[in-house]
Order: sequence, then structure tokens, then C-alpha cells
Amino acid sequence: MTASALRKPAPKPPLLEVSGLSKSYGTQVGCRDISFAVRPGEVLGIVGESGSGKSTLLACLSGRLQPDTGSISYDMKDRGPVDILTLCEPERRRLARTDWGIVHQNPRDGLRLDVSAGGNIGERPMALGARHYGNIRTEAQDWLQKVEIDLARTDDRPRTFSGGMQQRLQIARNLVTRPRLVFMDEPTGGLDVSVQARLLDLLRGLVRELGVAAIIVTHDLAVVRLLADRLMVMQRGRVIEEGLTDQVLDDPHHPYTQLLVSSVLQV
Amino acid sequence: MTIRLHAKGLTKTFTLHTQGGIVLPVFDDVELTVKAGECVCLHGPSGAGKSTLLRSLYANYKPDAGQILVKHLGQTVDLLAAEPWEVVEIRRSTIGYVSQFLRVIPRVGALNVVTEPAIANGMPAAEATAKAQELLMRLHIPQRLWSLAPATFSGGEQQRVNIARGFIVDYPVLLLDEPTASLDAANRATVVDLINEAKSRGIAIVGIFHDEEVREAVADRLFEIGNQTATRTVPAVALAEVLS
Repeated sequence: MTASALRKPAPKPPLLEVSGLSKSYGTQVGCRDISFAVRPGEVLGIVGESGSGKSTLLACLSGRLQPDTGSISYDMKDRGPVDILTLCEPERRRLARTDWGIVHQNPRDGLRLDVSAGGNIGERPMALGARHYGNIRTEAQDWLQKVEIDLARTDDRPRTFSGGMQQRLQIARNLVTRPRLVFMDEPTGGLDVSVQARLLDLLRGLVRELGVAAIIVTHDLAVVRLLADRLMVMQRGRVIEEGLTDQVLDDPHHPYTQLLVSSVLQV
Repeated sequence: MTIRLHAKGLTKTFTLHTQGGIVLPVFDDVELTVKAGECVCLHGPSGAGKSTLLRSLYANYKPDAGQILVKHLGQTVDLLAAEPWEVVEIRRSTIGYVSQFLRVIPRVGALNVVTEPAIANGMPAAEATAKAQELLMRLHIPQRLWSLAPATFSGGEQQRVNIARGFIVDYPVLLLDEPTASLDAANRATVVDLINEAKSRGIAIVGIFHDEEVREAVADRLFEIGNQTATRTVPAVALAEVLS
């Protein structure tokens, strides 16, 4: 066994490739010179303190915010890799509605509160051309079951749901069209711990079962430990450390990452 | 015999930035080869760096220098130079690791905790379930616990679930961090059997075994590791004589 025999197997082509991405708000830096790739089925966690640029980065990636410089290449189903910043608005919206999912920190930002739970799930399939009411309802109920919402609540509005139920509904609404990439901003933020565990377990199962790639922004290290294959740590708009999740959390090298890991309370 | 794992030039220091930037050297220029069917026991006083070396061999810790060469899908790869996605692949099918403590996943039952790595490695679900049941039975986990999440299990039960999880896939290289630490005699004997059966299937094992009885039953040789001193290897038999 010698080093000369080393040969690397060909990697899967990336689903999303970001290079040199920067965004400032006036003189205030949002995120600076971010480059990374996400492969199909890979879960990437992004951690960092408040104000480190995580949410800015996520908003740029998901097309909700225009970065100042950089490119975001996405491997589209029918066209291959395309810089999504060059897509026109309708194209980008269609992409976001079909091939992507966006799970907001506050479920009220991602749900239609005046539409029934079933209607919230059925909206994306309908936007893609589904018209048979029975099929749409069956699929919606199938998803309600997957995210453990009682079918008796199908016709209730999410306004009447608890925070944890709303978050699970938002996830079902996003995953029903089998997106290939899901963006999640603090998916467990604001939920009490017992509900968090349930949601995490659910997400973990769904991500594995569907093989979707995901980018999860959070400040909760337990969340990334459980869900993410790979981790990026951000501070003041930059990525300061990255690697396999267990490497970064168990053997952090950067002073800030060490502080972050050592600050977690042991229960 | 074929070499399954070859680590060379491994060097590891920790820099503790949160504690005044103290630099702690752990080991320097370590070379270790493990053949198919061989069990090497990392040996040395507490704090010598045994666990650090074992975790480095799994690329859980990132050594400062060196190579860890393993045969993955017929090719020799350097675990330390591999891309993150490659490391995930190598861990899925080539290198297994049994940690000292089970990292429990909320709401996932013991049986599914055990079958998970096998299914991820492509084993049909029915076969994985049968194998998991056999392992849990041998490790004396009562059947009524199989569907329960191990969070509420005793320390020893959790460790046995962890061991079952490590042995369900025939990894060519298996790393064991004190697998018998909190087990009773009957379960220690089962783990010794599992290790010896794995060896006879040609699996290369590196482990930390504090229990002398277990060590003598499974280790083919000891790999000495000590703070700041040159590492050397001593045959297990010779060491047993010195100790007795």
C-alpha cells in the first residue's frame, strides 16, 4: 500500500456551487467572499453567532437578496449548471417553487395563515399543474401524517395551530413537491426543547428518505450534530472554519469555534 | 497478510485558544500498520493520547501531519487528504468506529439505531433487522427494549447497543474505544467473541482495552503510546509476562 497508488474516485457533480459571494449593507458587511459546494443529498450546516452573516448568506442563496459580487451556480434539472443570478425573476420563482424548498424561521412567514392546512400543502402541487381535488387532498393528508399532524385538522387554518405544528406544516408544504434542495433558517428556533427533538427526528428521517440536499442555518450545535454532514462556521461575515461536522465540533481549530463549542452547556 | 490500515508520520497537537493559547503536543511521527485479521491494542497510561490517536484514525480529530492509508473500494486512499464527502463514504463502508458512549438520537428505537449503518451501507432492510436482532440477543438486550429509544437505557445497555451498531457491518477496519468499559463478565465475554469472530473474517482491529483479561483474549500486539516519548511496539505475550 503506497502513496503513489493514490487515486481519487470521481466526485458527484455539485448541485449548488457558490464562489466569491459578498454582500454589504452600505458600510456594514453582510457576508464576505464565501465559496462552497453542496452535492446532491448532502446536508450542510452553517453556524455562527447572531450577526455573523448566516441569514444574509441564506437569503442570497435562495434568491431573496441580490449579492454584490460572486456567482451561484445551480444544476437545473433540464438545463444543467446555471448561474441563478442571471435568471429572470419568473424563472427564479419557478425554480424556488419546484426544485427548492425554503423553510423560514418563523412559520408564519412560510405559510398562508388564512388557507387550510391541506390547502397549504396542496398549493405547490397545484402550481405545478395538479388539478384533481381528490388526489391533491390525498397527497396533502399523506404529508400531514408524515409530519404527524392529526388528519382531523386538515381543514383547519394554521392560525389555530401551535408553533411546533405550524413548523411541521411548513416543512410538509415545502417537501411535498420533492425539491432537490431545501434552505432552512433556524428550523427549530423558538420551539420548546421537547418539540425540537420531535422536529429534528422528523427532519432527519425525511432528509434521508427523500435524499434531498439541505442548507441549514442555525446557532444550535445540537441541531447540526444531528442533521448536517458538513459544517461551516461563520464570524463577522466570513467562513472561519469548515469541515465534517464531527471534526469541526470535536476538534475545533479556530479560536472562535473553540469558544462556541466550549460554551455549550452540558445537560 | 494484507495491510488494511497504514498510518504514517501522524502528528497531533492541540492549541487551546480559549485557555491562553496553550499548545499541547500529543504524539509525533507515529507509524502504525494493521494487517487483516490482526487486533492491535493501543497501550499507555491515562492521558497518553490513546483516544486521540484512535479518533485521528477515524478522521474525527484532524492530525497536523501524516497520512492514513486504507483500501476503499479497491483503491488506496489517504483519509486525511480526502474531501469531506469521501470521508463520509469511507466511513460508511470501510472504517467503523465504536465510541465509548452511544450518541443517542431522540425517538429512534434501539433496533433501528443498530440497523441504520447496515441499511446505509446497502444491506436489505430485512437482513439488517435479522442481523441486528441476533446481535442484540447475543449482547443480552431484552427484546422488550428493542423498540424503545436508548436514551432511557442504563450506561451498559447503551454501550451494548453501540457495540451492536459497530459490528453489524463487516468494515474492513474497525476501531474500538474501550468497548467493554461498563459491561459485566457475561457481556465482556460476548464482546471478546465478537472481536475474535471479526478477526477470523479478516477484519483489522485497533482498540483501547483497559481490561487486562479482554486485552489478553483479543490483542495480537500492543502499540505503546506515551507522552513525548518515542512510540514502540511490544508483543502482547512479552508484556503479559512482564506484568505477571
